[in-house]
Amino acid sequence: MKVIMLGLLNRIILTIFISIITTSSFAEEINTKYLNTDWSFKGIFGTFERASLQRGYQVYQEVCSGCHSVQHLSYRNLFEKGGPEFSIEEAKAIATQFEVEDGPNSDGEMFMRSGRLSDKFVKPYPNVEASTAANGGAYPPDMSVLAKARAGGADYIYSLLLGYEEAPTGFELDDGVYYNKYMPGNKIKMSAPLLDGIVEYSDGTQATTEQMAKDVTAFLVWASEPHLEAQHRMGFKAIIYLIILLTLVYMSKQKVWSRFGSKEEPKEETFDKVEKVVTKYEGEDPKTFK
Amino acid sequence: MSENKYIPKTKLAKWFDSRLPLLSLSHHLKEYPTPKNLNYWWTFGGILTFCLITQIITGVILGMHYVAHTDHAFESIEHIMRDVNYGWLLRYVHANGASMFFLAVYIHIFRSLFYGSYKAPREVIWIIGVIIYLLMMATAFMGYVLPWGQMSFWGATVITNLFSAIPLVGESITTWLWGGYAIDNPTLTRFYALHYLLPFLIFGLIILHIWALHVPGNNNPTGIDIKKNSNETMPFHPYMVMKDITALLVFIIIFFWFVFFAPNALGHPDNYIEANPLVTPTHIVPEWYLLPFYAILRAIPSKLGGVIFMFAAIFVLVLLPWLDTSKVRSSIFRPLYRKFFWVLVATVILLGYLGAKPPEGIYLVLSRIATAYYFIHFLILLPVLGRYEKTDQLPMSISDPVLNKPGLIDKFKKAAGQYEGDNVGSFK
Repeated sequence: MKVIMLGLLNRIILTIFISIITTSSFAEEINTKYLNTDWSFKGIFGTFERASLQRGYQVYQEVCSGCHSVQHLSYRNLFEKGGPEFSIEEAKAIATQFEVEDGPNSDGEMFMRSGRLSDKFVKPYPNVEASTAANGGAYPPDMSVLAKARAGGADYIYSLLLGYEEAPTGFELDDGVYYNKYMPGNKIKMSAPLLDGIVEYSDGTQATTEQMAKDVTAFLVWASEPHLEAQHRMGFKAIIYLIILLTLVYMSKQKVWSRFGSKEEPKEETFDKVEKVVTKYEGEDPKTFK
Repeated sequence: MSENKYIPKTKLAKWFDSRLPLLSLSHHLKEYPTPKNLNYWWTFGGILTFCLITQIITGVILGMHYVAHTDHAFESIEHIMRDVNYGWLLRYVHANGASMFFLAVYIHIFRSLFYGSYKAPREVIWIIGVIIYLLMMATAFMGYVLPWGQMSFWGATVITNLFSAIPLVGESITTWLWGGYAIDNPTLTRFYALHYLLPFLIFGLIILHIWALHVPGNNNPTGIDIKKNSNETMPFHPYMVMKDITALLVFIIIFFWFVFFAPNALGHPDNYIEANPLVTPTHIVPEWYLLPFYAILRAIPSKLGGVIFMFAAIFVLVLLPWLDTSKVRSSIFRPLYRKFFWVLVATVILLGYLGAKPPEGIYLVLSRIATAYYFIHFLILLPVLGRYEKTDQLPMSISDPVLNKPGLIDKFKKAAGQYEGDNVGSFK
């Protein structure tokens, strides 16, 4: 019985394991070939580097925001805990750089005013159609949840930003289409967005293409999961708490069940009876049966 | 450990219980005799109840913030994730909770298959269980549509289009399901209404499921009947309650691992792209727990045939108590069935894998073979096995030593049998 049960347990655990592997494999199999770098936000203690997120915001603002919206972020998110953590003044200053349409006012007119912390990030185009039309028929995707919307996540975005190459000979490219090693189908309508020194970091960090790609990717990961740090912190605490609770509950369970243990004696009695009968015939040496 | 009748201790209790026997019910639930040899695979019933309650609580709170409108659904999810206090936690618990619910239900179903829990006198428990499973799939599918991402939209397109395969009335049924001529706002709002409703039906069915269970009592790993009022049973509380809580905590640890550290591992990245009826995703795949049926659907060359086989794959489970003709319940004593059981588990996992792959080349061939085998298992192997399989000798009771020291005791028995005649039972 024990042996059967143990075998059963092993097999079932293996089965669950395999099924989890298989089900997640379709998301992961492309993943392996991406470039990656030491992301600070990976792992159970993963947190963002504030400076990197602030630089990432700068890259987004100066390079990406011409075409890509991040419509689910608000300016207040820039100073909130767990993000780039600009000071509240800096965040206000950023917000006021933008013109936001508001209204209607008491005359029924829409009007423009400068941005506030409570405003959502201003979009470069009023709607998807305008955005598509202005970008040669390809909609530059909203980047609010981009890191979660692509298989490969951060690694994919990072690789894509660094994946521009000369097209191999014989690879047909239309005008306004570029070759990218990591884009599915290798054709992308966005020209290489990052060039060395395209932004000037105020903290003195060298604005190499790799550095900018890393910073802006971190920024996008934060944009799609602004509570990531809280999530990791709470998860760690919750699991430690549960493990302690489990230990206590398991010990109580053993204690409770031990009350019932005495009831299992009949087994031994039967065993003894069988042994007694056999010994009667075979003498004192029951080893012959082993 | 016998189940004694509830005797009210106070006058008030007596007065109340004679009018509404709630106290008797709670006494029954506490004293309910369970076989003492139930192993941890029997804890999944409790785990599933926990899953349903978790889904209902998180779901109701999410429902306070969610907007069921094609223009706002996706945005309202992001609002929940970003601006609602602990909204991210609620949503990740709810989304991963669905996956964990199915993980638990699959273990629960396969436990039943392994130990023959569906056999007489427990057919009604089993059939209610299959209906619950079906409703769970419907609920989960409609829940997946609510975020109005690409997979939501296209998953809904694929599944609702299945009904158009029905001859004559198919198109009308599809239009009726959609509430229009395409999947649009009316589809989303009715899915939301049903997604809110069905869990309460499931809740009602779970009560029936447990009620039906409490009539014959639990099956057990040996599959043999227990004497209810003997030392072979123990009261549900505190023994099974403690064991259930232990298993539940292990389950919650795994559950929370996903919630906090890999919340999107079981979902599809495309569902973070807002639904766009003009752009079809490269591969439309349902959630992992529906993949085996999706593979069966696509394995059949005709659309109508695929739909029929997909539903038949679930309906065949309803017939299972009569397809399996073996009198022996537990596969511990069925050496051949035990092997075929594991082949079935492997087949279902293979189907799940194939459901995630494009239906072409080797994947298609394999999914056809696996689909065929799935039905052969239930429709041919089980009836035949019941007739011809030579089962192992059943123990006399669940505390028979045969179960604990098989090698040694068997030898003793055999030797003793030589002297005492074949009636080994006389030692009991």
